[in-house]
Amino acid sequence: MLSATGLVRRFGAIAALDEVSLEVAAGECVALVGESGSGKSTLLRAFNRLTEPDAGEVQVAGTDVRALDAVALRRGIGYVPQEGGLLPHWTVLRNASLVPWLLGRADAEAAAVRALDLVGLPAAAFGARWPHQLSGGQRQRVAMARALAAEPRVVLLDEPFGALDAITRGDLQQMFLDLRTRTGVAALLVTHDLREAFLLADRVAVMRAGRIEQVGPPADLVDRPATPYVRELLDRAWQGAR
Amino acid sequence: MTSLRRWCVVCLLALPGVLVTAQQPAVRVGSKPFGESYLLAELFAQQLEARGMTVERRFGLGGTEIIFPALTQGSIDVYPEYTGSGLLVILKQPPVPDAAAAFDLVAREFRSRFDVQWLAPLGFENTYAMSVRTEMAERLGIRTLSEFARVSSEMRAGFTADFIGLPDGLPGLRTAYRLQPARVSALAPAVKYQALMAGEVDIIDAYSTDGLLGRFPITVLEDDRQFFPPYDAAALVRGALARERPEAMAALAELSGRIDVVRMRRWNARVEVNGEDASVVAREARVELGLAAGVTGGVDGEPGTPDRSVIGYLWGRRAALGELAARHLSLVGTSLIGAILVAVPLGLVLSRTRAAPLVLRAVGVLQTIPGLALLAFLLPVLGIGFVPAVVALFLYSLYPIVQNTWTGVAAADPAAAAAAQALGMTPRQVLWHVRMPLAAPVIMAGIRTAAVLNVGTATLAALIGAGGLGDPIVAGLALSDTRMILSGAIPAALLAVAVDLVLGGVQRLVTPPALR
Repeated sequence: MLSATGLVRRFGAIAALDEVSLEVAAGECVALVGESGSGKSTLLRAFNRLTEPDAGEVQVAGTDVRALDAVALRRGIGYVPQEGGLLPHWTVLRNASLVPWLLGRADAEAAAVRALDLVGLPAAAFGARWPHQLSGGQRQRVAMARALAAEPRVVLLDEPFGALDAITRGDLQQMFLDLRTRTGVAALLVTHDLREAFLLADRVAVMRAGRIEQVGPPADLVDRPATPYVRELLDRAWQGAR
Repeated sequence: MTSLRRWCVVCLLALPGVLVTAQQPAVRVGSKPFGESYLLAELFAQQLEARGMTVERRFGLGGTEIIFPALTQGSIDVYPEYTGSGLLVILKQPPVPDAAAAFDLVAREFRSRFDVQWLAPLGFENTYAMSVRTEMAERLGIRTLSEFARVSSEMRAGFTADFIGLPDGLPGLRTAYRLQPARVSALAPAVKYQALMAGEVDIIDAYSTDGLLGRFPITVLEDDRQFFPPYDAAALVRGALARERPEAMAALAELSGRIDVVRMRRWNARVEVNGEDASVVAREARVELGLAAGVTGGVDGEPGTPDRSVIGYLWGRRAALGELAARHLSLVGTSLIGAILVAVPLGLVLSRTRAAPLVLRAVGVLQTIPGLALLAFLLPVLGIGFVPAVVALFLYSLYPIVQNTWTGVAAADPAAAAAAQALGMTPRQVLWHVRMPLAAPVIMAGIRTAAVLNVGTATLAALIGAGGLGDPIVAGLALSDTRMILSGAIPAALLAVAVDLVLGGVQRLVTPPALR
């Protein structure tokens, strides 16, 4: 579904991406884990051309993204940022119908109603509200509905639950698992929380200083940490859990 | 302009009038914004009307630097001027002590350099009268400027701003008499006598025809070194009028040599001290001069309200004030609409470039040009009246609108704009559907600021004959008539409040409901 090969992206002297390769299969959820500045967001943003790599190739559904119009590409990929980024002057329903509307679909509103149902915010109760009338968790649910309303085959999530309190985060993580089961959408999820990655992803990629240290199913990482850094990350995650 | 072309223009502009009578164009009489200039100009106007001509009054044009270009540029035909100002301020030549020689010089030079004619002097001089309290003059035994100069290091001077700056004012006095006052304060003409009598200052620059000069125990110091050039008053006429309208020249020439300094001082006192209407004083002055036969209408008849209260005065002039307010609004409205059409797109373009700070600073510089200076810059190109006033107000309105448009658009909810882009909005869609609606209240606040400032600034438009509520303010300042000043200032203030309220409502309307 998503494929990056040998990506390099430099900001001045710093290499945010240093020869990075990654695959996300159809229906799969891959988590990018690492500290701030490890390059995980830069890698995510390469898939919808919010960053253009200096070298390497990015493919979406088998096509080199450089051959695609950036705007059309983005309309075909779901996207959820950390703070939601809802348009404050649009109602919940209109926010959710953004992408179908951009695609010129006549059933944009119906698509938004379906997506809002999917995230547990029925349009009848929430559709007419303004974003500022919602809680933080509800706003992230709307952002999720907005990303899914046009029924994309893949969605990019950049720390989607990072700004929420622990209880709300748990609710949204559960919702995310449910809707992946129901829609089968592929996902690339950026998070700094290894436990969240283990909970939500089929495979986890650990990034550090612009490189991927290890990528594999959670069990592989636990059983066979490839580097001391991965081991240290695991130790810290379990300590935090107790 | 050829006469054929002029004829065509006249036809187009005044077709209905032309059909009735083939009228001569009105003679446009100007004045500077001080009492004596108003009175003389009104005298000119009534004299022309009495001899069968129509007159357009464009009084209170701000200062020599505005009114003289207005004359040469053809916006007015005649105004009262003084030979000394012509020599020093316009020709920038050194003073000539002999009055007749000074007149010959300006007459010759103005004719060849500007195609402007001086009519024979009216008969009085209005020169600087350096004045002190009589009590002090007698106590110290001072009669002349030389004697005053010897003790000047212990004296406080209160001079008008003009006098402090002009070469024939304080700078020249310092050289000619070695005048070294301990302190020099800038005083408005309206308060200088009070300041002198209250002992706040010890010497003022009065004018020899000031109506107040005879009312206080004041001694005028003798100019024993003949420093001040002769300031003979005369009508200054545009060459074209002199050639094409001999009847106008003849009518104005009837005033030459007829007005002595005692008469002028008395008339000035009636206007400036008693608060009588200049048109009434001018009418009676013509009777006094034996010119009164044939006085007809055309005089701005002030409704003679015995009620001296400001409210009563305002009420009595409500119709005229309504027209001035409408004129004021059209100045503000026209310039504001122009500014919106330019500044909002400019702000939007700036929000997508890196040149924004540079351009904003350049537009901001416009804001720092003083009103009168900007009008003086525009005058050679645009003349006087409505158009240059609108252009000046337009330029002043740009900055708040550009600044707010740029700020509002650039700062509009960055997370929302970024998400909209990431989900596939084009840059244009981000601008129209996200940044613009979110910036609308901020942009509208800029427009509101510009509009309210404009209502105030537009009062300056009176100085270039554009009309509006500045008219009574300028005239009232010139004639020391507080009620007249308030009759412009109060409606202008109310207008500013009303404009602010209305645009405040518009601001609420353009604010997206979610953000109210």
